[in-house]
Amino acid sequence: MAADPLWSIRGTLGGARYLAIAGVGFASLLGGWWLLAGSGLVDPVFLPTPTAVARRLLGWYADGSLFADIKISIGRVLGGFGLAVLMAVPLGIYIGSFRPVQAFFEPLMEFARYLPAVAFVPLVLLWVGIGEGAKITLIWIGTFFQMVLMVSDNIRQVPMAQIEAAQTLGANRGEVVSLVVFKSALPGIVDTLRVTLGWAWTYLVVAELVAANSGIGYAILRAQRFLQTDKIFVGILLIGLLGLLMDQSFRLLHRRAFPWLHLR
Amino acid sequence: MNPAPATCIRIERLGKTFRGQSTPTLQAIDLAVAEGEFVALVGASGCGKSTLLRLIAGLEAPSEGQVCLDDRPVQGPGCDRAVVFQDYSLYPWLNVLENVRFCRSLRAHTRDASESEVNSAVERAYALLELMGLDEVRTRYPNQLSGGMRQRVAIARALMAQPRVLLMDEPFGALDAQTREVMHELILRLFEIERSTIVFVTHDVEEAVYLADRVVVLAPQPGRIDSIHPVALPPPGARHPDLKLAADFLHQKKIVLDRIRATSGVQRDLDKLSRLAELSRRDRRPDTKPTAGNH
Repeated sequence: MAADPLWSIRGTLGGARYLAIAGVGFASLLGGWWLLAGSGLVDPVFLPTPTAVARRLLGWYADGSLFADIKISIGRVLGGFGLAVLMAVPLGIYIGSFRPVQAFFEPLMEFARYLPAVAFVPLVLLWVGIGEGAKITLIWIGTFFQMVLMVSDNIRQVPMAQIEAAQTLGANRGEVVSLVVFKSALPGIVDTLRVTLGWAWTYLVVAELVAANSGIGYAILRAQRFLQTDKIFVGILLIGLLGLLMDQSFRLLHRRAFPWLHLR
Repeated sequence: MNPAPATCIRIERLGKTFRGQSTPTLQAIDLAVAEGEFVALVGASGCGKSTLLRLIAGLEAPSEGQVCLDDRPVQGPGCDRAVVFQDYSLYPWLNVLENVRFCRSLRAHTRDASESEVNSAVERAYALLELMGLDEVRTRYPNQLSGGMRQRVAIARALMAQPRVLLMDEPFGALDAQTREVMHELILRLFEIERSTIVFVTHDVEEAVYLADRVVVLAPQPGRIDSIHPVALPPPGARHPDLKLAADFLHQKKIVLDRIRATSGVQRDLDKLSRLAELSRRDRRPDTKPTAGNH
């Protein structure tokens, strides 16, 4: 099978085989974990077995707080992330379209994105207290500045020929921005949102580890106090799973909203 | 010549120097394009032919002089001067029909439109699709089309705005030779039906001579008009691809090519090459003698 495209550089792979190989990847992670934890070489305090983790998950579900914790965590992510989107997308469009706006904001944003969001925790607590506002603000700080820069970059990647064609067809400035620039950059913007959503989850955990009495991050923190390693595992896996789900829904949205990108 | 057709575009003492450059890209350009005329701009790379087109379109502002359309100076891009670009100008999120009808979504075209105008615009869109052979692909998206099809959509979209002038910036530069040939016939047929004024930038001299009424040769550094060549060919409707092989056509093509070579430094390069070839021939001669003597 010399002509097998499977191992040629950037070769082809059918959907079913892709899924099968991805399944093997997950299975080997799980299997390795099981072997290592079950071998007795490692103290269960450091590495609980998968069964212990599953049991803990069921227990968490049984005492009724699992879905409440998930719900509140998702709510915080969507709150902080949504606020960042509402502010970053319009600002990014202006920065990417108009040079003076770019000159005013871009250096500021470049500066702000290097400020460590985690270091803002004490300030955020001081400014907005320890309520829901604190978590949302921290997620906003962690995602907004990056998002603005990435959206403005999406906008700048719109081919000049598309803009100039509209101008020579009689489009005014507003029409060029709304009918051409925004529409042309939209798939890129949705991708930007997908990537930044991942960071929103990171900052959620930071916020919940520091100042919260609910949510998945808080559950992890509490488990740490009682040395419940299995519960920490459940929390981490849950966040991974929720992030993966949201990422996949963004991909689905991309395919549904921009069918022309996926046609050949 | 017909009884003096009205001047459509008048270019007066036009100059353009881009910021940070010492030599002007264009200098002292004077040119008048008549109503219904097809003018091709050719020249070596860097002669500013695309810049001249962009100045007419209003996409660049002149450093000196001005471009007038119907005696009004051009201030910026507008729907009276539609441009067909080489590539990447179609809207990939719109299908063929929506791309062609794009200008109908702009206020400049719908502001004072009466119902009958709206109806005739719908008819015009379908007529253009038919004329350009796009009838069967009107629900397809640009990335499902071949390069030639895409350029047809771009041309139809520009014509939909009913511009006074159609400006084309190397529209077939990215197409293969066969597709280009088909596009030439299409443009000629279109020119015959629509009787538009066309300014056409190309690096392909054959294309320029075959399509245009006049070929303008630009010389580089600084970009200026070197010479203007009226083309003596049958009217657009009577042209046929075989014409490109006729002696008279080749003669006209050679005159233009010679001017481009003379102004671009290509001639200098060719002379240098032939001198090099001469030198290497002379070097080889002593080596060949002893082998010949062995016999």
